[in-house]
Amino acid sequence: MTSLAQNAALVREQEAELKASARRAVTLRKTWIWVGRILLAVIVIGGWQWFTEAGWVDKFFFGQPTEVWNSLVKLFTDGTAFGSIWENLWITIQEALGGFVVGTLAGVILGILLGSNRYLSDVVGPYIRIVNSIPRIVLGSIFIVAFGLGMGPKVLLAAVLVFFVVFFNAFQGVREVDQNLISNVRVLGASPLQVAMHVTIPSAMTWIIASLHSAFGFAIIGALVAEVLGAQHGVGLIISQAQGTFDPNTVYACMVIIAAVTLGAEYFISLLEHSLLKWRPPSRSEAQAI
Amino acid sequence: MTTVSELHRRGGTPTDHGGGGGDEGARIEIHGLTKRYLTPKGETFTAIRDVSLTVEPGQFCAIVGPTGCGKSTTLAQVSGLEHPSAGSVSVGGKVVDGITNGVSYMFQADALFPWKTVLNNVLIGPVLLGTPKREATELAMDWLRRVGLSGFEDRYPHQLSGGMRKRVAMAAALINNPRILLMDEPFGALDVQTKAIMQNELLQLWEGLRPSVLFITHDLDEAVALADKVVIMTSSPGTIKNVFDIDLPRPRGDVQQIRHEERFLELQGQIWSSLKDEVTRAYKQTAGASA
Repeated sequence: MTSLAQNAALVREQEAELKASARRAVTLRKTWIWVGRILLAVIVIGGWQWFTEAGWVDKFFFGQPTEVWNSLVKLFTDGTAFGSIWENLWITIQEALGGFVVGTLAGVILGILLGSNRYLSDVVGPYIRIVNSIPRIVLGSIFIVAFGLGMGPKVLLAAVLVFFVVFFNAFQGVREVDQNLISNVRVLGASPLQVAMHVTIPSAMTWIIASLHSAFGFAIIGALVAEVLGAQHGVGLIISQAQGTFDPNTVYACMVIIAAVTLGAEYFISLLEHSLLKWRPPSRSEAQAI
Repeated sequence: MTTVSELHRRGGTPTDHGGGGGDEGARIEIHGLTKRYLTPKGETFTAIRDVSLTVEPGQFCAIVGPTGCGKSTTLAQVSGLEHPSAGSVSVGGKVVDGITNGVSYMFQADALFPWKTVLNNVLIGPVLLGTPKREATELAMDWLRRVGLSGFEDRYPHQLSGGMRKRVAMAAALINNPRILLMDEPFGALDVQTKAIMQNELLQLWEGLRPSVLFITHDLDEAVALADKVVIMTSSPGTIKNVFDIDLPRPRGDVQQIRHEERFLELQGQIWSSLKDEVTRAYKQTAGASA
């Protein structure tokens, strides 16, 4: 009896020991990951600083981390030749967001339409592939010539870039719908609209949302490039101005600002993804986190 | 179309005569059915030729045959998802043209909506018929209780085991109290133990509602244990070779037990000798094609 009780106590102790060591292993692993990350950043940025400081790389052409930081501070304290940085950033964000919304809506609607209609997709398919293979960024020049220096052409260029990303995903998503599911609801008496509502659209949603991550990046690129090509306000204009005055540090500073904005947008898209796709097995969204 | 209250009443008491039991509307008559498909190259491929078959109301009919003999094609014509190239299918005396009313389908791959919870997967049937959400929910809860899944309403399909997913699919197929239940190898992907459990549950539920059933399977034991009638199909193009009546008494009870009964073995032996030639022939063809 006593030996049994002792045994049980021993087993419990062993289990506690195992748990504790497992927890230690996890903490250790996390610590090493962060050590690695910080080390990598220090090597890259520190190396850059060191090489330019030592004169092996010319900081006039390639900038220098401390100078980039100074430019960043200057952008936020002194502002730019075209108003405060906030003003310009807000304009760029508006253009990117506008393009993102327009491009996504158009991509989703057309993707689902073409995906569910075989004839239409056979007819339009080759043309879409042709349009997809031309360098669309060049369209920015045409939009600026046609629509002037306002926000319109920037929104348009961002929308065009976003459209194709979202469109192909929505199209593919509709094509990948489980035919058994469609047969099933059709037998249960679903109308074509109900088939779309209950099966096609939710099924394509996985693909569409996956595309939104890269789509927002494209929206920002579209807005920036259009601004570089010709604008009166915006971060792209600051960049092209800095380029004109041989000031790589300000260009890098703008890059940092835009990267921060994109990361923020990415975060919100991930939130949206989590709430819309909570039905998915967790392993897939975890893979997405990387 | 069945009204909601009727559905509910029938759904609520499994012993009464819902579904197809003795109801002429549940008779399936297939006359000289031929289905040809157009391949993308523009050639025609005959999947089934001149198939004739009658399933009496409330009868459980199993179709057995080698792979690719057009069993699924036959089901697609009965459901109205596809149109026959020649011949006709009538359900309850009416020629099938478009989707047949009162039919439910069960597939081998469970056709559950991965983005809907278990409850919403089951109540899709009544909702598509226009049942108000609250009544549909009550009905779905009742069906989940019947298939033993109370308490799992809020799970998503990926959180369930294979057997549980089959139960959800079964509840979703039966909730509308169909006249006709079409089953395309529904338990094909399950392990042996789960399969036996699901077969017993299917028999129990079927005996409560008595829809006419067309049940496709590769598994001869399954066919004999479950069905009133076993149809043997031959391959390329699919035609009916033989029809066997299974006179094992109902209710069948445990499908595991019935497998050892003398009459079962006798019938199984007869049907196997008919099926064996077909299976070897089909196997030789596919082996020859791939060689």
